[in-house]
Amino acid sequence: MSRPVIETTPAPAATRVLTYAEALNEALREEMRRDPRVFVMGEDVAVWGGGGVFGVTRGLVEEFGPQRVRDTPISEEAIAALAVGAAVAGARPVAEFMYADFMGLAMEPIVNQAAKIRYMFGGKASVPVVFRAQEGAGRGNAAQHSQSLEAWFCHIPGLKVAVPSTPADAKGLLVSAIRDENPVVFLEHKILYNTKGPVPAGDVAIPMGVADCKRAGRHATFVGVHTMVHKALAAAETLAAEGIDLEVIDPRTLVPFDLDAVVASVRKTGRLVVGHEAYERCGIGAEIIAQVIAAAFDALDAPPLRVCGENVPIPYNARLEAAALPQAEDIAAAVRQVVA
Amino acid sequence: MTRKLAVALSPDQLRSMLRTMHMIRQFDLRALDLYREGAMRGSTHPYIGMEAVAVGACAALRPADRITSTHRGHGHCLAKGGDPRLMMAELLGKATGYCKGKGGSMHIADVEAGILGANGIVGGGIGLATGAALAAQLAGRDDVTLCFFGDGALNQGVLHESANLAAIWKLPVVYICENNQYAMSARADRFTSVPDPEVRAKAYGFPGVSCDGMDVMAVYRTVADAVARARAGEGPSLVVCVTYRYFGHHVGDPLNYRDKAEVDAWKTKDPIDRFQRDLIAHRVLTSDEADRLAAAVIQEIEAAVAFAKASPEPEVEALMEDVYA
Repeated sequence: MSRPVIETTPAPAATRVLTYAEALNEALREEMRRDPRVFVMGEDVAVWGGGGVFGVTRGLVEEFGPQRVRDTPISEEAIAALAVGAAVAGARPVAEFMYADFMGLAMEPIVNQAAKIRYMFGGKASVPVVFRAQEGAGRGNAAQHSQSLEAWFCHIPGLKVAVPSTPADAKGLLVSAIRDENPVVFLEHKILYNTKGPVPAGDVAIPMGVADCKRAGRHATFVGVHTMVHKALAAAETLAAEGIDLEVIDPRTLVPFDLDAVVASVRKTGRLVVGHEAYERCGIGAEIIAQVIAAAFDALDAPPLRVCGENVPIPYNARLEAAALPQAEDIAAAVRQVVA
Repeated sequence: MTRKLAVALSPDQLRSMLRTMHMIRQFDLRALDLYREGAMRGSTHPYIGMEAVAVGACAALRPADRITSTHRGHGHCLAKGGDPRLMMAELLGKATGYCKGKGGSMHIADVEAGILGANGIVGGGIGLATGAALAAQLAGRDDVTLCFFGDGALNQGVLHESANLAAIWKLPVVYICENNQYAMSARADRFTSVPDPEVRAKAYGFPGVSCDGMDVMAVYRTVADAVARARAGEGPSLVVCVTYRYFGHHVGDPLNYRDKAEVDAWKTKDPIDRFQRDLIAHRVLTSDEADRLAAAVIQEIEAAVAFAKASPEPEVEALMEDVYA
């Protein structure tokens, strides 16, 4: 897919253009400088290529040393469980899973321990841990390295779920995630790592639960995350030529979810399309549409539509993979349908 | 009991250990009553018969050290200094309980006191304990974490992953396997590939030893060695405590998998009787003092039950509190 430079909000003075991976790296570096309790652990986060298969942790081990930037064995359950235990005991771990798919091996500590400890213990414990992973398809990584699994985590009370689509959001949200007293599942997208965008320098925490309007429009609202934001922006250009003005809302975090922002947009446009790469069935699109219908049924002039991944394991072949994923043309077609 | 240990632990400490063993037994006997009379919901997993393990192991700790516990966790919590009133209130689901009534028997915790929680997942505490040890190491402290788990958890994958990590990072954690012979209905020899699970430590390159889990001083000595090693930065150990649960897995256990003769044979090795006899023989306390100590414990447990029963239920408004900070 194309790798657009996204200009969303007016850039503050001290703004550089960084890649999504560089922005995440900057967030980790600045938070580790700010708070000695923050440390990073995961598979190949220190030695491989100077830090991380995707370069997110590049150079951190040189600055912070192998105690705070820890390569781990291939032991996903222990990575998650140790991070939870360390967090309860006063550290602030950032645990990395090389692929979100591998979190299947780590669901017990994430779901049964991290998410529930505060509640089970009557509010008398905190689990300030970040579980970082990258998800998504588009590189021919096939069925076990391409899934978008955010819905798994959104289902579990006690977890927060962040899904940034731009370098600026990646940095600002990771800063917030590290400072959060709750466990945060921080899902990046592998296709986005090399995309570039303006990132404010310095302390730029973006609060959880605040959506960002990536494109203002009058005729229909698109809500989506990760690559779908960029595909929707591309679709919006096509649609603009047809006289259809699409608004693109990126919730940026799914838990908490900024329903107010989505409802405000739908009250303006009267039409809603939701999109995600994740499998359509029981995906977050269904949840978003259900919440909008409950909150603003009267504002809808057409049935909301979903543009999602097919309910199929992600195939290897490029044509098949592209067919399994929602594309900009699919978004444009859905928008034409809801405004018709 | 050796004379050497009579020196290592003061008479006050020894009496306190006996008192805690009584406390654990009376607490869980009372919990069984409360369960049977319908005051408790869910399930309760009595620690009765295993008191020497929690008490002997925790006697080797400092206040800043930590433990992780199991579904059979009341003993660990009391041995690490848990308040029986707040525990009992939690069993009855009351707002005054350790978890405000939201956790119940299987989730009692007191993080400030180093009790990182009972755990409803078999093996669930293993990774947490190893992570707490990592936090201590990162903070440059010499705090040690004791990780209690049963023989049933020996075959959970997280033990393999955690033990390997603890070994390569020399984490200050002591894995304490309470081999009480059964994982629900499963005798340890049905599902564990070796009869002496401490040999598994060899695969990770750290010490694995077993001890008589019905002998509180044997547990203390063995765990104290492992704790000293961990505190000195020499890494983890596995201690297998051979013990027995007198009651079923929980109330309602059909108990069709073991016979009464076996239970009776283990009861002849009762850890409280044995320790009390030893302390009297070594003149740490008199027989009369032992009787008074046991009676005082029963009074304290009754006071805990009275506190729990008199405590209010949580308000329904509390339902959605504490999900997030």
